Amino acid sequence: MVSLKTNCGGIESPNPFWLASAPPANSGEQVQRAFDLGWGGAVWKTLGTPIRNVSSRFGGLHYRNERAIGFNNIELITDRPLEVNFKEIYDTKKKYPKHAVVVSLMVETREEWKDIIKRSVDAGADGLELNFGCPHGMCERGMGSAVGQEPRVNEEITSWAVEYSSVPVLVKLTPNVGDILPHGLAAQKGGGHGVSLINTIKSIIGVDIDNFVPMPVVANKSTNGGYCGQAVRPIALHMVAQLARSPEFKIPISGIGGVATWRDAVEFILLGSSSVQVCTEVMLRGYRVIDDMVEGLEEYMRSHGFSTIDAMVGKAVPGYSEWGELDMNYESIAKIDSDKCIGCQLCMVACHDGAHQCIHPDASGTTRVPVIDESECVGCNLCQIVCPVPDCISMVEVDNGHAPASWNQHLAGEGTLRPKKGSH
Amino acid sequence: MSTVDKERTEAVFEDFKPAYSHGQALSEANRCLFCADAPCIKACPTGIDIPQFIRKISTENVKASAKTIFDANILGMSCARVCPVETLCVGDCVYNHMDEPPIQIGKLQRYATDIAYAEDWRFFRAGADTGKSVALVGAGPASLACAHELRRHGHACTIYDKRAVVGGLNTTGVAPYKMRAERSEAEAAWILGIGGIEIEYGVEIGANKSWDALLEAHDAMFVGVGLGPDHWLDVPGRDLEGVVGAVDFIERFKPGTVELAAVKSAVVVGGGNTAIDAVRELVGLGIPSVTMVYRGVEDKMSGYAHEWNAAKQEGVVASFRSQPLAFEGEGHVTGVRCAVLDDAKQPTGLQRVIAADLVLLAIGQAKLEGLLAELGGVTFERGRVVVDEAQATTRKGVWAGGDCANGGKEVVNAADEGKRAAQAIDAFLKGAG
Repeated sequence: MVSLKTNCGGIESPNPFWLASAPPANSGEQVQRAFDLGWGGAVWKTLGTPIRNVSSRFGGLHYRNERAIGFNNIELITDRPLEVNFKEIYDTKKKYPKHAVVVSLMVETREEWKDIIKRSVDAGADGLELNFGCPHGMCERGMGSAVGQEPRVNEEITSWAVEYSSVPVLVKLTPNVGDILPHGLAAQKGGGHGVSLINTIKSIIGVDIDNFVPMPVVANKSTNGGYCGQAVRPIALHMVAQLARSPEFKIPISGIGGVATWRDAVEFILLGSSSVQVCTEVMLRGYRVIDDMVEGLEEYMRSHGFSTIDAMVGKAVPGYSEWGELDMNYESIAKIDSDKCIGCQLCMVACHDGAHQCIHPDASGTTRVPVIDESECVGCNLCQIVCPVPDCISMVEVDNGHAPASWNQHLAGEGTLRPKKGSH
Repeated sequence: MSTVDKERTEAVFEDFKPAYSHGQALSEANRCLFCADAPCIKACPTGIDIPQFIRKISTENVKASAKTIFDANILGMSCARVCPVETLCVGDCVYNHMDEPPIQIGKLQRYATDIAYAEDWRFFRAGADTGKSVALVGAGPASLACAHELRRHGHACTIYDKRAVVGGLNTTGVAPYKMRAERSEAEAAWILGIGGIEIEYGVEIGANKSWDALLEAHDAMFVGVGLGPDHWLDVPGRDLEGVVGAVDFIERFKPGTVELAAVKSAVVVGGGNTAIDAVRELVGLGIPSVTMVYRGVEDKMSGYAHEWNAAKQEGVVASFRSQPLAFEGEGHVTGVRCAVLDDAKQPTGLQRVIAADLVLLAIGQAKLEGLLAELGGVTFERGRVVVDEAQATTRKGVWAGGDCANGGKEVVNAADEGKRAAQAIDAFLKGAG
């Protein structure tokens, strides 16, 4: 029996899928509809002193036949009166007592934090999320990522929030920093019950090359926005894992950044997230994507013998190590399945132009299936990545007789590295 | 100058393969794998760099895409429509080896070249005047491709044709659901836009002009005269009204009109591509019953399988293993009496009569060996002008290409042969100082 029951920093929900603080969690009507369709929680779109927004607000990064593999926005926090938001939070919580309603907050002064936290808790919030991440519009006013980029400020405001709050406090971190660890540790030191990351990445999504203005265009100008969507997932996964693998970092993580499918959620959980937050995929395709997310996660857990989310959290963290710990003597080479090969020779041109010049045309000229010079193949994977045919190129381990040896061992005078392979 | 009648019979036909919209073209272009050393290029007689032109569509760099096409094949617009891509580029797309439909290269080429025409983009300029001139006999695709390439090298060109039609079979012979006559005329006009190509219509060698006169007036000659009249079946009733050559019939209704209201059933004799075109055209023109009569069995037809499959879907029926013995009727044909053959094309002793008030003969066209022999020094093989790899005939200073040299192939072959001949003629003229 598989249970998706989730506890992230003391915030409980029926499953680990939460709407991220963003337009899909803007109002009670929306959040309630999402809960009806199966979402486990929602982080309410950030409350603060209501702002005004511009038109337009969003930009998409399209590649070949895929629309919006990346997404950016210049929308700010809530533009609705606080009392309306609190009323809807109250109603939602009344109606959905088991779902997680986390309220995202962003204000300036200690007094403002005290006030808005009290009102949020009074409205029934299950937890708070401190928005120290927004990289556009708000940071210029000394909030959002302006806070998140200064560990001491982050720690101080976190400590205020923890002091005033009777419910768990998550600190939402900005990825617009060189190293995420000091920022995660600052949130921990401030008493935060968990962190959520990543917020969006400072970005310009594109340029209108006919009118010489970046996008999205507002009248005749634009501004930098926050980048998100599937394209940012690798960055988010790294930052989550960077915290999860640190022995000093001990509080839970809510993973955010390009979660579009159950598979993405599994990746975040295996790298240390106890819940995941989703925005862009919902903005592009609607709340109904939750069906597949829940069922896919359940099936994954069943097939891999996990009965709880907790059992999965961080399972892949030990597998993430420093480069210096990798086994330099491990050797793999590419093999082409000639029955599957369609003769496009993309592997050949990629290897010749972008790798190690070890894939060649068949010398007899009777077939378009390329030939791999195994004595030169360094096992880089490029051919496998460009191959359009599933399972046509595989990377096969070679038993070269060398005992494992890492670079660090080599530096320490332990272990012998195999000779460099390939003449290129 | 358009020679076609606005109310002509072919105007009823719609495109069998409709044009791509912008979005469809982008989507299809983005599917292309951009193969290295791509098989589709090798399958194209003119060697168009297909992955490159498709990539340029995918990045909305359509002008460069069209240039890539036209640089290899100046008849790229008509070839996009009339090429049997299923047996050429598309047939060799690597996607055929996996569960993925092949890239629709012809439709993408049409997309890029149609925009080039609509925008009237011109990519090529005439070279500096060399003072040399070349005669081109026949105004079909081979001569047009040859003349355009010669102009890029600066040689003056005069095209001679016995009729008042430019574009040859591209104008008068292409099935109208692939391309209508006015597109071919537009293509010719676009190609002639390079300037310096004269066309003299109504010039018939042997009747009002001699080969010698042309050779005297020019420094080199390209012969692209195509093929002669339809072959005829020498059987009883051969002269009945309603028995018509297929190429002749198509040539009449493409630029003009034919009256078919009285025709209830038609027979096309033959199993090649002209026969398949003819049956599909007759169905398209609304003739209730159209039968193809072919001596052999279905899988031995010389016509393309993809065309025949389309014909069957459109309602054509075939009488295989049928050898016409006589056209029946008094004054006007009413039927075709056929011997029933076995699989080895031997008579079985049985006969069948197929009703027909129109019979088209699509059993090949005559070679123009007689006309060309008068040139002197030119040799022939099975009626075709013998040419070397550079399209040179055995007579010095004379090159040949298109159907008269290849026996009857595609427009794309004519385009390739004409262009290569021009490059050889250029070398010859420059070498000759």
